[in-house]
Amino acid sequence: MKLVRYFPVAAGSIAANKMRASLTMLGVIIGVAAVLTALGIGRGASANILGEVASQGTTRLTISPETANDGKGNPVQPLTMGDVIALSNPAFHPDVRQVVPQYGENTRLVAGDENTQARVTGTTAAYADVHRLEIAEGRFLTEDEITQMSSAVVIGTTVATDLFGRTQVVGESVRIEGEPYTVVGVLAESGNAGFGSNDESGFIPIGAAQGRVFNVSRFRGEYVVTSISADAASEERVEAAERQIEQTLRLRHGLGADDDSDFSISTQASLLDTLNSITSTLTLMLSSIAAISLLVGGIGIMNIMLVSVTERTREIGLRKALGAHTSDVLLQFLVESLVLTFLGGLIGIAISYGVALLVPRIPSFPVNVLIGIDALIMALGVSAGCGVIFGLYPAMRATRLNPIEALRYE
Amino acid sequence: MTISSALIDMKEITKIYQMGETSLPALAGVSLSIDEGEYVAIVGASGSGKSTLMNIIGLLDRPTDGVYQIRGQRADDLTGRQLADLRNREIGFVFQRFNLLARAPAWRQVELPLFYAGVARSASRQHALDALAQVGLADRADHKPEELSGGQQQRVAIARALVNRPSLLLADEPTGALDTRTGEEVMALFEKLHTEGLTLVIITHDQEVADRARRVITMRDGAIISDSRGAATVAVHRGSNGLREPALAPLPRPAAIEQIEEKVYEAG
Repeated sequence: MKLVRYFPVAAGSIAANKMRASLTMLGVIIGVAAVLTALGIGRGASANILGEVASQGTTRLTISPETANDGKGNPVQPLTMGDVIALSNPAFHPDVRQVVPQYGENTRLVAGDENTQARVTGTTAAYADVHRLEIAEGRFLTEDEITQMSSAVVIGTTVATDLFGRTQVVGESVRIEGEPYTVVGVLAESGNAGFGSNDESGFIPIGAAQGRVFNVSRFRGEYVVTSISADAASEERVEAAERQIEQTLRLRHGLGADDDSDFSISTQASLLDTLNSITSTLTLMLSSIAAISLLVGGIGIMNIMLVSVTERTREIGLRKALGAHTSDVLLQFLVESLVLTFLGGLIGIAISYGVALLVPRIPSFPVNVLIGIDALIMALGVSAGCGVIFGLYPAMRATRLNPIEALRYE
Repeated sequence: MTISSALIDMKEITKIYQMGETSLPALAGVSLSIDEGEYVAIVGASGSGKSTLMNIIGLLDRPTDGVYQIRGQRADDLTGRQLADLRNREIGFVFQRFNLLARAPAWRQVELPLFYAGVARSASRQHALDALAQVGLADRADHKPEELSGGQQQRVAIARALVNRPSLLLADEPTGALDTRTGEEVMALFEKLHTEGLTLVIITHDQEVADRARRVITMRDGAIISDSRGAATVAVHRGSNGLREPALAPLPRPAAIEQIEEKVYEAG
């Protein structure tokens, strides 16, 4: 195999210009490392989201009213407690295990001289189960507290520390809209500042929220709710549950066969899809920017190869005189640029792996960098491809040299 | 076309350089025959056409007109690839400035033609070492050019020219870049190779170098003006137009030829 014999030639020529070769490779190294790290961050982010969503259960459905295009975001037709009661009938919703109403508003919580802003949600006891809440201190609201509209509150860790400077606060009193509430539980810290965190939340019985704390409006005589959560019997029954809920609500909202629904049902799966499409868009954006640096690196390779061809004009002339075919000259230079970019690619891969190993050691860095075998193979392929693409033009230039002139070249 | 028994057989070779609209003739109907085992010097001033003739003999350039046969093989209708193979097999080149690859050890330099001939690596190293031994550099096989003297470098180049056992060794001013003593060393080596049966063609403007050859061909203005072959030397060559020497008629602008040849070759 003659091709293999060009590699020592290429290696020798690269070794002869170590500084130049390494600076040239640097472009490819940075490009490959940047692309791989960008892809790794994207993959790490989607793994995060997947874990987050899975930890909150995959059987939950969330029903929200559609908002009108009136600029104010008011619901076309609000969801009410009447809807909640209707959906709670197991005869028509065999695949719906639990239905939980929520009415939430941002408000100020006060304890002594301290106060903090929090999202206070009125709900029922099943909320903790449907939303997979973890309790750090005390307990969640009980059925009795819900029916008796007790002045009990469960708060997130941030609320607790803001008000009391600690989280062991069961039994303490908190004022919401002037009314005193007793803390019966504190939620576990979700640790993740972003999506799905309840650290800055408070939960009170739905009746208390509607009747006392907030001035909740009524629609056709029923209290309005912000959203309704439902839990399907199993992951396989999520779609069936969705259909049953849709049917009931369309009927109750008086929608005809051709009307669009005035509410939306999102499942964890659909949420996952949405979030994943966001992360892949971001990953694509990030890697496109990184790919530009790879392109710049490739142009650097082309530039240096052109210099190399010019420098070695006499050598090319000599090789032709000694019987080198056009293809021999072409391959010699192609292999050289290929070796340059391939080496650069390998080093770039090593660097991105180093980054992937170092990132988890950064305290509270939100995502891991996950580099898969597929990305690795792609990186090798792309860097080798770069060598061929950007080496082709200089190599063709070398083949076109006239041996007589090349031999006399100074 | 009859197959010639001569190693090199040229009939009415012309070469015209086309520079834009103007055509500059460099060879005006050269006919030349060189037999196997000859030791020939081609002499002439710069611009006489000797370099063009050498390039055509060496298959680096194609004549504009005329027939060139090497070992009975017509060279005019060969492809670039076939010409490269023929150069590789039949011709060994020795250049004025050695043209060795920087940084490569001597045996690798010598191995180069074998590489292009497709000889397996295992065999090619031994061939290269044999060729180095032939030029008296067996103990310098691993030396790089910068570790060798000029004369030694030229001998490496000669070993490289010999390694494929070519029909013809074509040397262009082989002593031009050497001092008298090392030049003498190289000429002695040529002498030795000639007595071993190698066909040698040396292009030179150095009369002393030319005098050592068995046959001297003198060129001027793109034509052969004297050829010392045989006892009854044909001092006068009949040009393509049948005119007697000096055949200047087909070459109206010798100055222009000189100019272009210098431009192309930068004669050193």
